[in-house]
Amino acid sequence: MINMPAETGTLKDGTPESRTGPWRSLWQRMRTNRSVLIGGGFLLLLILVAVFGPLLTHYDPSKVDYSTKFLKPSAAHWFGTDHNGRDIFTRVIHGMRLTLSVGFISVMIGAAFGIVLGIISGYYGGKWDTIIMRITDVMLAFPGILLALAIVSALGKSLFNVIIAVSIFSVPTFARIVRGSTLAVRKLEYIDAMRTLGASDSRIIFRHILPNITSPIIVQATLRIAVAILTASGLSFLGLGAQPPTPEWGAMLNDGRSYITEHPHVALFPGLSIVIVVIAFNLLGDGLRDALDPKLKK
Amino acid sequence: MKNELLVVRHLKQYFPIKGGILGRTVNVVKAVDDITFSIYEGETVSIVGESGCGKSTTGRAILRLDEPTSGEVLFDGVNLLSLSKGQMNRRRKELQMIFQDPYASLNPRKTAAQMLEEAMEIQNIVPRKERRARAIELLETVGLSAYQADRYPHEFSGGQRQRIGIARALSVNPRLIISDEAVSALDVSIQAQVLNLMKSLQKEFKLTYLFISHDLGVVRHISDRIVVMYLGTIVEIADKHSLFRQPQHPYTQALLSAIPRPDPEHKKERIILKGDVPSPIDPPSGCRFHTRCMYATVRCQSEVPALREIDPGSGHQAACHYAEDIMTGAKDS
Repeated sequence: MINMPAETGTLKDGTPESRTGPWRSLWQRMRTNRSVLIGGGFLLLLILVAVFGPLLTHYDPSKVDYSTKFLKPSAAHWFGTDHNGRDIFTRVIHGMRLTLSVGFISVMIGAAFGIVLGIISGYYGGKWDTIIMRITDVMLAFPGILLALAIVSALGKSLFNVIIAVSIFSVPTFARIVRGSTLAVRKLEYIDAMRTLGASDSRIIFRHILPNITSPIIVQATLRIAVAILTASGLSFLGLGAQPPTPEWGAMLNDGRSYITEHPHVALFPGLSIVIVVIAFNLLGDGLRDALDPKLKK
Repeated sequence: MKNELLVVRHLKQYFPIKGGILGRTVNVVKAVDDITFSIYEGETVSIVGESGCGKSTTGRAILRLDEPTSGEVLFDGVNLLSLSKGQMNRRRKELQMIFQDPYASLNPRKTAAQMLEEAMEIQNIVPRKERRARAIELLETVGLSAYQADRYPHEFSGGQRQRIGIARALSVNPRLIISDEAVSALDVSIQAQVLNLMKSLQKEFKLTYLFISHDLGVVRHISDRIVVMYLGTIVEIADKHSLFRQPQHPYTQALLSAIPRPDPEHKKERIILKGDVPSPIDPPSGCRFHTRCMYATVRCQSEVPALREIDPGSGHQAACHYAEDIMTGAKDS
C-alpha cells in the first residue's frame, strides 16, 4: 500500500460532499435557464391538455349541426363554432393530441434511424461514411417541406403517410449531428482506453459513445419536433395529410381559410395553437441547447 | 539471463494521406519506419524524442490501437500482429496503457469504481461479487480513498484522475504498461508524485514499463534503458547511465545539451540544431538526421546508418557512421 496525500485535500471524510453526477448538474443548469422553464412549462401544460383536455368539454369534435354554425366566441363556445357548427375549442383540444403525437412519433422514428446511421458513419468511417453522408447531402439539398410533399404525393394522402414523410426528412439531420458528435468522442483517450482493455465495438458504442452524445441529440429532437409539427400541419393544410372531419390543426386552418374575412375566428384559433406549440418547442430546444451544449450556440 | 518480454522487430507504421474526389492515396506519412528494440521483463524502457518523431505511434502500434503496416511485435514470444481480433482482445489484459490527457482519458459519465469494475468485467478478471471490493482496493493502492469511489471524473484533480487511469490499467493485472506521456500534462510537483507511485507499483506488481516521454528529466528519473527516436527511426539505444554520460549519436548529444542545469558556474555548451524537423512524408535520404547534423558528409546523404554497438559488448547502440570519430574528437564539424 502506498499512502499518498490526495492532491486537493479539500474534501475529507465526514465533511458533506457535493454529490454532482452528470445528470444532476444537467438538471441544475436546466433549472436556471429561463427559456427551458417557459418552454417546458408551456409544453407540460399542452401535454396535460392533450391527455385530459377532452374531459373539459362536452361537445363532439365532429358532429355537424348547421343550426349553430359560425357562432362568435362566447361562454358556451369559447372559440366559437365553424362552418359545420362544430365547437372549435373542442376540435383544437382533440387536435392537440393528434399534433403532439405526429411530432413525437415522427421525430422518434427519424431520430432512431438517424442515430444508427450517424454512429455507423462516425464510428466505422471509410466507405460507409462516404455512402451515408453523400445520401444525406442529397436529402438535405431539398427544402424539408418539398421533400415531405414529394414523399406524401408518392405514398398517398393520409396522416400516417405524413408521419412517414416527416420521419424520413428528419433522418439526415440526425445522422449529421450524431456523426459529428461520434467523431469527436471517438477520438478521445477514454475510447482508446476501452479498446486497450479489449472492449467490443458494441460496448464502446452503447456504453461509452452514446451516453456522451445525448445532449446534442436531445436538443436536436426538441427543435425537430417543432419543424415536424409545422410540416405536418402544412401538409394537412394543403389537403395531403389528415382528411376531414379529423380535427387536425392544419386541416382546420384550411377549412377556415374560405371564411377568413367574415368569420376570422374559424381560422384564428387553430393557427394560434400551431404558433404556440411551435414556439414552446423552439424555446425549450434553444434553452436546452444553451444549458446542455454551450459550444453549439450559434 | 534476462527474459525479453517485448520484442519489436522492423515495425513500420505508415499512414496514407487520402486526396482527390476518389479518395486515392496521394502520399504516406512514415510515422515509424523500421524500428527494432526489445524490453526485458521488469525493466523500464523509455522512448524519447521531439514531437512527431513517432514515439506515441510506436506505443499505439504495439497495442494495435492503430494497425501497423508491417513488422513484428513479440510479446512473451507471441507475435501480437498475427493474432485475430478476438485473440488479441483476450491478450490485452497483459498489456495496458496509461494515457496523456487525464481530462480525456476517463469517461465523464462513469464513477471511478464503475470504470475499474468495467475493466474487470471486460477481461473477466474478478468474480462479479468481488469486483467492487477489488476496485476500492485498487483505488487505495494508487493513493485514493474508498470514499472517493463513487465520484465522477470532474470531481477529481488532474493528478487524481491520472491515478484513476493507472488503477484502471492495473485492474486487469497487466505485465507491461505503456505510459504515453503520462505525466506531461501534470504540474511538476504532481509529476513527481505520480512517477514515484509508478515506481513503487512496478516493484509491488513486478511491472514492465514502456515509458514514452519528451521530458529528459522525467526519463532520467524513471528509466533503466532509453531509446532515442528521430523522425520515425531509432538513433540510439542505451542504458540510462551510459546514455547520459556518453551520448554517441549527434542528435542525442544535441538533445542532452538542452537540459538546463541548476549550476550558475556551469558554462553552457549548448548544441543548437539548425532548421526544423523534416517532414515524415518525404524524409531525407540516407541518415535522416543529415540535414541538421553538424558532422554530416556526402556518405550520410546516401547511406542509411545501421544501429550498431560502437563499443562492442556495452549494449550501447547508435545509428551513426561516424560515432567513433565524433566521440574521440577526430571528426569536427
